[in-house]
Amino acid sequence: MSNLETLQKEPRSGLLKNYKLEFTPYLLLIPGLLWLFTFFILPILNLSTTSTKTRSPSFETGAFDQTWRFLNYVDAFVENQEQFYRSFIYALIATVLALAIAYPLAYAIAFRSGAMKNILLVLVIAPFFTSFLLRTLAWKQILGSEGPVVSLLQNLNIMNSGQTITATSFSVIMGLTYNFLPFMTLPIYASLDRIDPKLLEASGDLFANSLNTFRKVTLPLSMPGVVAGTLLTFIPASGDYINASILGNPNTKMIGNVIDSRFFRVVDYPTAAALSFILMAVILIIVSVYIRRTGTDELV
Amino acid sequence: MRKWLSKNIIRIYAGVALFYVFIPVAYTIVFSFNDSKKRNINWQGFTFNNWLNPCDADGICEALGNSLRIGFISTLISTVIGTMIAFAIGRYAFKGRSSVNLLIFLPMATPEIVLGASLLAMFLNLGINPGFWPTIIAHVMFCISFVVVTVKARIAGLDPKLEEAARDLYANEWETFRRVTFPLVLPGVAAAALLAFALSFDDFIITNFNSGTVSTFPKFVWVSATRGVPPQANVVGSIMFIGALAIVILGQVVNRRKVR
Repeated sequence: MSNLETLQKEPRSGLLKNYKLEFTPYLLLIPGLLWLFTFFILPILNLSTTSTKTRSPSFETGAFDQTWRFLNYVDAFVENQEQFYRSFIYALIATVLALAIAYPLAYAIAFRSGAMKNILLVLVIAPFFTSFLLRTLAWKQILGSEGPVVSLLQNLNIMNSGQTITATSFSVIMGLTYNFLPFMTLPIYASLDRIDPKLLEASGDLFANSLNTFRKVTLPLSMPGVVAGTLLTFIPASGDYINASILGNPNTKMIGNVIDSRFFRVVDYPTAAALSFILMAVILIIVSVYIRRTGTDELV
Repeated sequence: MRKWLSKNIIRIYAGVALFYVFIPVAYTIVFSFNDSKKRNINWQGFTFNNWLNPCDADGICEALGNSLRIGFISTLISTVIGTMIAFAIGRYAFKGRSSVNLLIFLPMATPEIVLGASLLAMFLNLGINPGFWPTIIAHVMFCISFVVVTVKARIAGLDPKLEEAARDLYANEWETFRRVTFPLVLPGVAAAALLAFALSFDDFIITNFNSGTVSTFPKFVWVSATRGVPPQANVVGSIMFIGALAIVILGQVVNRRKVR
C-alpha cells in the first residue's frame, strides 16, 4: 500500500506534464469499465426492478408484472430468516477456521522455509486446480458412511454405527473452510513476504522476544493480507450452496440453496432477486464496517 | 526435545495444514485408477483404462472441450482488459480513481450466485438465450477484478529507479514501457492469466446460470454426481492438477534462469 502511495506522490514530471498522455489512463480504462458497467452494474440494476415484481394474474410460469411491491423484500426475508442466519454463521466460522489454518501456513512459508519457499507456495496453490466439485465430492466419500474415517472411528468405538460425519453442519463448515483456503493463504503470504527482515532484526536488537516481535511488528504489518483474506473467504462462503448441497442435509441449507431453487425449480424470479439483494446488502454493510474498523482503506 | 519442538512447531503445523490440503487431491488421483464402470465410490481394483480412454464416459470430452474453449477465450479477454486497467490505476493519477477502485472491488464483494442470477435475469429480459457466449461474457466479468488486483500488485512492487534509469539513458516513454516496465510486469500478467483460467475453468455457480444447455466440465461433474461420478472425471481432475503444477514449476525455472 505504502509503496503505491509513494509511487503516486513522486513527481513523475515526464508523465504528468505531457498533455497528450493525460488521456492515457481513460483510454486504458474504457474497455474494462464498459464491460463491468454492461455486465455487472446493469444486471444488478435490472435485478432491483425484478425484485419488486409480482406474479402476473395469468399464472403463466415465469410471467411477472412490475408492481413495485417492496414488501417482497420483507416477505423474502421473513420466510428465509433461518437460512440467512445460518449462512452468515457458517461463513463466519469457516473464515475463522481458515484464518487459523492459513496464517501459520503462510508464516511458515514466508519465514521458515528457506530454499523450499517457492515449491511450498506451488504446493499450496496446486491442489485448487483440481476441480472444486471433485474435491468436495472427494470429501463426501472420505467422510461418508462407507469411507475410511467413519469405519475407523466406529472400530475404535468413538462413533456409534448410526452416526455420520457427512450430512451435518460440521461437514458443511469443513467443506467451506477447505474450499476457500487459498483465498485466505495467498493474500496473507503476500503481505508477510513483503515485510523487510531488517524490521524483525531491529525488533530483536531492541530486546523484544519473539512473541513481542510477532505481536508488535509482524502481525500489524500483515494486517492488510489478513483483511483481504478474510473478506475473500467470507464473501464467497456466505453465498455458496455447493458445500451445503453435497456435504449437508435439508437442515443445513444456506441462502444460496434458496436462491438457486427459487430461480431454477420454483421459477420465482422476484423472490430470488430480493434474496440476492438482501444478501448483497448485508455483505456490503459487513464489509464496509470491517474495512473501516481495521483501517485498511485501499484494499484493491 | 522441548526446545526443538518450540522451534519447529510452526513447521509441523504447516506440514499438517499441507497434508489436509492434499487429502482430497490424493483421493481424486487414486480413484482415477479405480476399475469401476460408473459409481466410482468403492475400490474395485487397479487399472490404466480410465487414463487410456478418458472419453469413455458419456459427454465428458465434449464438456471438457467447452470448458477449455471458454477458459482460453475468457482468459485472453480478461487478461488484456484487466492489465490495461491495472496500468491505469497503478501508473496514473486521474480523476475518479477511487470510484474505479470501488468498481473493481464490487464484483469480488458480490456472491457468485448474485452475479450469475442477475446476469441471467438481464439476458432473459433482453431475449438472449443463455449459452456459450453469455458464459464467456460472465466469466470475463468476474475474472477482470482478479486480473487487475494481481497485475496491480506487481506494478506497485516495481522499483521506480529502474524506469528512471531508462529515462536517464534517453529512452522515451514508449521505449521505457516496452523495454523496462512491461517485461518487469510480465510475470504478474502471467500469474493473472493463470488465475483467470483457473477461475473460469472451475466455475460452476455462474456458469450454471448462464450456459443453458452448453455443458462444461464442472457441470458434467455436478450432473453425474447424483448417479456417481465416473472415474474419467478423476482423470481430468488429476491432469489439471499435474498440468498446473508443471506450468508453475516451469515458470519458476525460467525465472531463475533469467535472474542468473
